[in-house]
Amino acid sequence: MRSDYEAVIGLEVHAELKTATKIFCACPTSFGAPPNTHCCPVCLGLPGTLPVLNRRAVELAVIAGLALDCEIAALSRTDRKQYFYPDLPKGYQISQAETSICRNGHLTVTAEDGAARCVGIERIHIEEDAGKLVHEGNETLVDCNRCGVPLIEIVSRPDLRGGAEATAYLKALREILLACGVSDCRMQEGSLRCDVNISVRRSGEETFGVRTEIKNINSFAFVEKAIAYETARQIGVIENGGAVVAETRRYDEARGETVRMRVKETAEDYRYLAEPDMLPIRLTDSDIARLRAQIPELPSARAERLEREYGMTAENARILVSELGMADYFEAGAKRTQYPKLLVNLLLSELLRHCEADPFVSPIRSEALAELADLLGERTVNSATGKKLLSRMLTEDISPRKVAYDEGLTQITDAETIGAWVDATLTELPRAVEDYRSGKSAAIKSLQGRVMAMSRGRADPIICEQLLLEKLKSGDKTI
Amino acid sequence: MMTVEKVLFRSVAEHAAALAAGEYTAVRLTRAYLERIQERNGEINAYLYVDGAGALAAAEESDVRRLRGECRGVLDGIPYALKDNFAAKGLPMTCGSKILGGYVSPYDATVVARLKASGAILLGKNNMDEFAMGSSGEYSAYGVTKNPYDRTRVVGGSSSGSAATVADGMAAFALGSDTGGSVRQPAAFCGVYGLKPTYGVLSRYGLASMASSLDCVGILARTAEDCGLLLDVLAGQDAHDATSVVYAPKSVQALDHVLRLGVISFDGVGGIDEEIKAASARAVERLTACGAVAETVELPLPDEALAAYTVLSSTEAASNLARYDGVRYGRRSARSETLSALYENSRGEGLGAEVKRRILFGTDMLVRGNREVYYLRALRVREAVRRQMEALSERYDVLISPAAPTAAFGLGSTPSPDALYCADMCTVYANLAGVPALSVPFGVNAAGLPLAVQLTARRCGENLLLAAARLLCDGEVK
Repeated sequence: MRSDYEAVIGLEVHAELKTATKIFCACPTSFGAPPNTHCCPVCLGLPGTLPVLNRRAVELAVIAGLALDCEIAALSRTDRKQYFYPDLPKGYQISQAETSICRNGHLTVTAEDGAARCVGIERIHIEEDAGKLVHEGNETLVDCNRCGVPLIEIVSRPDLRGGAEATAYLKALREILLACGVSDCRMQEGSLRCDVNISVRRSGEETFGVRTEIKNINSFAFVEKAIAYETARQIGVIENGGAVVAETRRYDEARGETVRMRVKETAEDYRYLAEPDMLPIRLTDSDIARLRAQIPELPSARAERLEREYGMTAENARILVSELGMADYFEAGAKRTQYPKLLVNLLLSELLRHCEADPFVSPIRSEALAELADLLGERTVNSATGKKLLSRMLTEDISPRKVAYDEGLTQITDAETIGAWVDATLTELPRAVEDYRSGKSAAIKSLQGRVMAMSRGRADPIICEQLLLEKLKSGDKTI
Repeated sequence: MMTVEKVLFRSVAEHAAALAAGEYTAVRLTRAYLERIQERNGEINAYLYVDGAGALAAAEESDVRRLRGECRGVLDGIPYALKDNFAAKGLPMTCGSKILGGYVSPYDATVVARLKASGAILLGKNNMDEFAMGSSGEYSAYGVTKNPYDRTRVVGGSSSGSAATVADGMAAFALGSDTGGSVRQPAAFCGVYGLKPTYGVLSRYGLASMASSLDCVGILARTAEDCGLLLDVLAGQDAHDATSVVYAPKSVQALDHVLRLGVISFDGVGGIDEEIKAASARAVERLTACGAVAETVELPLPDEALAAYTVLSSTEAASNLARYDGVRYGRRSARSETLSALYENSRGEGLGAEVKRRILFGTDMLVRGNREVYYLRALRVREAVRRQMEALSERYDVLISPAAPTAAFGLGSTPSPDALYCADMCTVYANLAGVPALSVPFGVNAAGLPLAVQLTARRCGENLLLAAARLLCDGEVK
């Protein structure tokens, strides 16, 4: 981006709420069922049916709001957003327009320049999802399974200034929603969707430029690319003496471009009607306090604590909190070992690539991994044996301590035993001894390797090295 | 021995006693009503669909229960009819519109389920003004319903078929819906009782919405006692309707001392027939003769209230009718090559002129610019009217007014604008305020057409209405 311009970005994020049933009926919300099997007269909008609000959906919206430092409305209402589309059975979407459950929150993310940026959350409201259209040849079919799945829409203020920042905001938001159990946040399944509002202006200007909206971007990478493209496009329009048109665009993944969908002037008038079939949503102070108590430690706070409490790097702490369940897994293990730093290293450098993501599932029980950390920390086994044990633990539910003892894999630290191997090695490999003494210090590696081989991998490498050095320095006397 | 015809005009309570005494069986009674429908419906056009086989099967089950001593109560074996905007599982549901032609409901409305559980027998579905829009019974896509008292006259609406059914002995009672008088006005034109209960007392689940914030399930019956007995069976909060409320009736003890009667003044409102004024005056006299203390009262904010009613009922109706689009059920136009053609032609061909008029009006009231000026203002007016009506209905046990400004008018004739304004004034306040109101038959005019008065009470004051209605009917010629 040209440095004399800046992008002004606000995001509208739709997250499907993790309720068992839909927002106005008892149909299941699970993804991937055969078309039109999760439907009933209510979510199909059959004549005479009425919506009855799923209280859990309200609770999850409040939890999201509290986690994002929002004010929670003691009373809010629902409104009908009216438009015709075949995936919308009632001819309107029940949403919130005049009022919303949550307002005025914020989320702090790391900006592109490394500084902390506080992104304002204008509002969070609840609404129902629409169905899906499936195009088959000349026909268009409607799948209503998703009709009535509860959503929250999280509307940020235009506080973001670039694609990386927007992605950082989205990632932080996702981590919070996951940690609080508000949403699965699976972009590929559509349970997290993002619309980008973007305008550009000359650096230092206070007023906003004309903005465009890029609809329904379905991955973090595409958000960043779409913003980069759209920023450049808008600057190009202005630099060429043109004016940006207020319009709705979409991101064409194949071409890597944003493409016009419709101009805003012809945009729909949603004719909001106060939903007369529902009562106002009321939340008492005690409701809010009860929900606040359900909020777990948030990812950013947890990362800071992990760093402090276990002496790990900030980077490792960030990684641990980035995936739902990973920090829990770590801390469950950390309680059982004297060596949490070894545990975090085992987890992040050895185990992680064997784990499932979203949600985090490890093939190894946290207790067993903690035991392995102990074995390494106590120097009961050396690191080579540790790796071997870990690879067995991936497929077998074993106690590494028991296996280490049963199979004679424990580390030998006895100086006398190792000393005998050292002596034998120095006798066996006079060339290497010569090399070392003539200044080729790397020759110690082959000596060390020989000692380890004699011990069948069990000798403590540190003791082994110490003894070798001692004896090499002490001259000919022992030989 | 009574003639079959007389039996058909018995009240629910009388049928219940006769069934209990073994005077006739539910099957015999059901067959008699089915025969009556067969004989009369061609002329009156009160029923759109008759479920003879289903009704007889249900009647047989009822008789078996009774023999086994498992009778479910006063409604067990009593045949009734349902306005065609209620869902009854397995039966057609047209709402009087072509756009729902061929649609069969896969579920029961809550009130239908409650009647089924109490053993009542559903005979069929009644004709109605399309989507409950109309007050004459002439706005059905399936033909006009005629007044059994005079077939050149309207039956009223929109619960046209239901009022005619009860008036003409084609069922023991019927359920209708009342958004601005749709039960009370046809009841008045047909000489039957029409109860619009407190908003929320009867679940709306399964009633196709017209204007959700005003819609009430209503009862059409032959006596005030029947209205009370049906209310007891049907009332109660429903998990499927968030706007339903617990029915907590106050004691009728209030009437043991002095009935405080508010006589609603229609001074300065044109359009009321002299015979209606006279009937209302006689009703007030009758109640004061029973010890009531009468005072004249004014309805609050009449112009504003009627405008608010018009705006709110139309905006909500336009929204509620958006689902009838030909995409998922009902009638789809053969001319639907594109999506917009599918919508435009399905709705254009499927909806009647009056429905279109109200959808257009209701839609227009919500577009940018109008929404603030009309819709949001109407919401505020309604709040003011509601508060003032609630205050008024607390000061009096019962408010009395005409149920309609005229007796049934001629088919094809349009009442004067004054009469239309006055008709709204009679009935829409109860809907705006959510309070109960009852249309009580009160004599006939010189031409033999039924006249009626309307009683209104505070929220959950249905029993006050029924008690006052009993005072009125004592001594009146039925």
